[in-house]
This record gives sequence, C-alpha cells and structure tokens, in this order.
Amino acid sequence: MRLFPAAVLAALVLAQDAAAAERPRCGVPDYLLFGDNQLKRVSSAVVKQKRLRISVVGTGSSALAGPDGPPSAYPARLEAVLTQRLPGVMVSVVTLLRTRLTAEDFAKGMDKMVADEQPDLVIWQTGTIDAIRRVDPDTFKAALEEGVERLHKGNADVILMNMQYSPRTESMFAVTPYADVMRVVAQHYESPLFDRLGIMRHWSETGAFDLYAAGRDNVLAQRVHDCIARAIAALVINAGRLQAGQ
Amino acid sequence: MHSPVVTTSTGRDLRLDLFRGLALWLIFLDHIPSNVVSWITIRNYGFSDAAEMFIFISGYTAAFVYGRAMHERGFVVSGARILKRAWQIYVAHIFLFAIYMAEISYVATSFENPLYAEEMNILDFLKQPDQTIIQALLLKFKPANMDVLPLYIVLLILFPPILWLLQRAPTLALLGSAAVYVLAWRFNFNLPAYPEGVWYFNPFAWQLLFVFGAWCALGGAERLGPFLRWRLTTAVALAYIAFAAVIALTWYLPFLGRFVHLPVWLDDLIYPIDKTNLDVLRFAHFLALAAVTVRFLPRTSPLLTSWALYPAILCGQYSLEIFCLGIFLAFAGHFVMVEVSGAIWMQVLVSALGILIMIGTAALIMWYKTVEGRGSTTRPKSANADLAGGEA
Repeated sequence: MRLFPAAVLAALVLAQDAAAAERPRCGVPDYLLFGDNQLKRVSSAVVKQKRLRISVVGTGSSALAGPDGPPSAYPARLEAVLTQRLPGVMVSVVTLLRTRLTAEDFAKGMDKMVADEQPDLVIWQTGTIDAIRRVDPDTFKAALEEGVERLHKGNADVILMNMQYSPRTESMFAVTPYADVMRVVAQHYESPLFDRLGIMRHWSETGAFDLYAAGRDNVLAQRVHDCIARAIAALVINAGRLQAGQ
Repeated sequence: MHSPVVTTSTGRDLRLDLFRGLALWLIFLDHIPSNVVSWITIRNYGFSDAAEMFIFISGYTAAFVYGRAMHERGFVVSGARILKRAWQIYVAHIFLFAIYMAEISYVATSFENPLYAEEMNILDFLKQPDQTIIQALLLKFKPANMDVLPLYIVLLILFPPILWLLQRAPTLALLGSAAVYVLAWRFNFNLPAYPEGVWYFNPFAWQLLFVFGAWCALGGAERLGPFLRWRLTTAVALAYIAFAAVIALTWYLPFLGRFVHLPVWLDDLIYPIDKTNLDVLRFAHFLALAAVTVRFLPRTSPLLTSWALYPAILCGQYSLEIFCLGIFLAFAGHFVMVEVSGAIWMQVLVSALGILIMIGTAALIMWYKTVEGRGSTTRPKSANADLAGGEA
C-alpha cells in the first residue's frame, strides 16, 4: 500500500508528459515573430465591431491535400485558434488559393479580392513560385508593392508571409533573395512580415520537427500547420495590440 | 610534395592565388544550405562576398596570362586561346548541369512529403526535358548556384577586344566598362533567362569588376599604389567595412535590429542591395576589402610562401577544376546531410572533408601537369604557361 502514492504520482507525471507531448513544442522566439509594425485596421475591427475578417491569399503551401486537409491546414487552424483566444469576437478566415501563381499574378487580382471579401486583414503568402521560376527579383518586388498598395487602398491590413523552410529542396532553388525582398517591402509599407522561413528553420534546428523526413506523413504536415497557425495568431494579437486569452 | 614556390619565379602575385583559393572554399561552404560552417564566410559580415573576389581575380589573371600572349603572339592567337578557355568552361558547366539533373531526378522519384507538395514544382522541368536541356545548353536555364560559370563564359568571350583596348588605352577601356555598367543600371538591360527573368549575375554589370581586375593587372595596380598607401584611404576603407559588417549582421541576427535602428532615409538609400546588378555598395565593399588587404599583406610577405597558406594557393592555381569540384561537393554534401543526418557535427564534417578533397584534387592536378610537362618535349612551353599563368 505504501507504493500507492508513488504510483499515483508516477502516473500523474506520465500523464502530464503525455499531454506535453501531445501539444506540439513549437515556440517561436519573440525576435523571429514580433516587430514594430502595427495592424491598425485589425485593432479597430476587433475593438469597435467585434469582428475580424481575414483572407489568406496564397499558393499550394497554404493548403494540405486529402480529405482531412482543409480543416487541418493553417488557415482553418488560425480561425480556430483566434476564435478561442478572442472570446466575443466573430473571427472568419477565408482562403483564396491558386496554385502555381507568382506574386505578379496575384497582385493584379487584389482589387477584386478586396471588393468581394472586404477583409480587415489579408495574409499574403507568396514567394515560392517566384523563387522556383527564378522571376527577376525586381519584378517580384514591383509586384509585391503593387499588391500591398492595392490592399491598403482597399482598407485592409497586410501580413506578408514568406516561403516554407524546405531543407531537401534548398540546394535546388534559392529562396533567400526573394525572402530578402519581402522583408524590405514589408518594412517599407510598415506591415508585419510572418517569417515562415526563419520560424520553420528555427523549429528544424531546435528539433521541434524533422523537416528532412520523407514519406507520406500527414501527421507531421498537420502539426506544422497547426504551429504556423498558432504563431500567426500570436502575431495578429501582438501587432493588433489586442487583449487575448491563452 | 613539391615546394610551394612553383610560381614565384614567373613574378606571379601569390596573393591572387591565395584569395582565389579562399574564395573557392567560401563559395563551396556558402553553397551547402543550412551549413553552420558558412557562418565564417565573408558574406555574413559585409555587402560583398566570394563572388566578387572570384570575378575580380579572374579578370586580373586573364589579363596577366593572355595579355602577355597578346603582346608576344598577337591578337588572333591570344584571342583564340581565350575562346578555347571559354569553351572549356562551357563544357565544365554542362557537366555540372548533368550532375544537377541526376540529383533532382533522384529526389523526384524518392521524396514524398505532403508538407512540401508545392516545392516539388521544381521538378516540373523534368516533364519537358526537350525545353530544359536545350535552354541549359543555351545558358538560359541555370539551376540554383550555377550562375557563376555562365557569367565567366560571357566575360571571356567578350574579353579579346577589351584586352586589346586595355593594352593601348587602359583608362579609356576602364571608362568604357564603367559606362556599360551605368547604362545597364540606367536602362536595366540584362541577358534573358529561362523559364523567365534574367541572369542572376548580370554580365553587363559584373563586367566592371572583371575589367577592373584586368586593368589592375596591366599596370593599374601600380598607378593606384600611392593612393592605397594613404592613411586616409585605409581609414575610410576600414570604416566602411565596419559599417557594412554592422548592417549585414542585422540581417542574420534579427534581434540585433533592436539595437541598430537605421533612419528611414538611410534604409531607403541602401536597400535593396542588388547582387544581380553588382550594387555600388557591394562594389565599394569589395574595393575596401581589397585596399585593406593590399595594405596589410604585401606581395613579398613571407606568409605567402608559408606552408599554412599553401593549400589555398594551390586550389587558387587550378581554379576552374576546383570551382566545379566545389559546386559538385556542395550538392553531394547537401545530399549526404539530407539522407544521413543534418546535425551540426555532420555539417562540420562535410565542410572539412569537402575542403580537404578540394586540396587533394588540386595537388593531384598539379602532379598530372608536372608529369605531362616532363613527358612532353614538343610543347613544354605552353604546358608551362598554363601552369604558371594559372587558370585565367
């Protein structure tokens, strides 16, 4: 009988460990995630109208394939996380994904998108296709500027989101010049940059995820997307100066 | 092993070999993605990187080797030799392309990860090999990290008339080169690439560095000598290098951004720092590095004949072979890191092993050339010129 409390304790510790293992360990250091640029439109929408309409505009890496893909990709997860962290606020996230389009292709469609969706915040995920096709970085930069200007004119805040960190294809196409351009454009328009590249590299280096893994591992992809959604939510709350729960 | 004085008898400046060898190592290290060792390379501490060193020294040695030939044998013979060299580099480039295709094809058939479905678009071009291979042969399709050799080829093809002019009116040639650079910036011209865009290294901009190197080799260095000995020159160069280092570190260590706040006007002035068109900031940074190097490492420095620096000098003397080998080793090293382990010990191992292989190969090539030089009695002079002149 004397063993009993010890066993209970051990079971509790194990259960806690299991819970910790369930929750992905994907913290992001502040310097990788937060900057000085604010999301003013988001602040006023949340505070005054108690709503937050987000559009995710991007290419294939904003989606996951398969029947359980859409609900576990980061846009849907973002909606869930923000709804939970912003009680009383009506959060909606719509995705407008087009595979294989460059930033230039997207920039042209921004006016229509803003008119149709009237988003408070647009998360523009881009850069991968431009890097693969080796679009002239000047062209890429001009397209980003045009797109961001159109979004601002349509009264939407913008978060630019760069490429995924993809260690296996790293030697096959160079993403850094395009990531650099995105950082410059984001800074110029005082918009936050969601540095997916740096954040995922951080996860890879700290061992949070094995991004070298091959195989049809949907679990890994879903966990990564969940963590991306949590990080974006933290960025939105920080840059929008919002009061939020955990 | 032979003594490290193979080339001093020809009056060759060993600093060129040394820094070209170092540049080759740095290019190798930089081309291995996610490599912790690449933290030691100069691109992290300033605006310019090993590419500038490589192109400048290549221009210098090209003028040094073919300038003498043009003097002795005339325009046609030396021009033909320059074009032959361009052809060798072309063949080497296509060989590297074949290796790249092999790696991509392997990854295409063996790698599946739902997270990276989009990145696998890179493999699209395997579906249309007719287009891809033809465009590669035309130097329009260039995979990542394979942009330097095509630039070098174009620069060499254009070099005979430039060299001719440099020998007659060096100042005019240099001004002409600067004018092309300015025009390329003003009117934004560059060679087209496939499937879209332009060359990563704009030959019309980068030629300035190559021609400047050639100009230095043909007497320009002596003319600059007094200017480089001024204390003020060194002070300005050091100040600029320090400024560039602070700026560059904020890119790689984002938390430094907390402490270093550039005024917006300065931000707008310096960014973006355009590698494709050889940004003035990059060019100036290279000049500053070169000025400081020349000041503190004189040509006669005993360091240059020391054993410690010999491996780098050796690699610099066989630059084409070692450059290609470095590109291949970077591919292979990344492949090993992906397939076996990407841990830090592996990154260090791959980096060290790669450099050792580069050194070993350079020694082997030297041995071959020595053996062939002894064996052949018909053309000892040209074999010697190849070695002594190093690779242009």
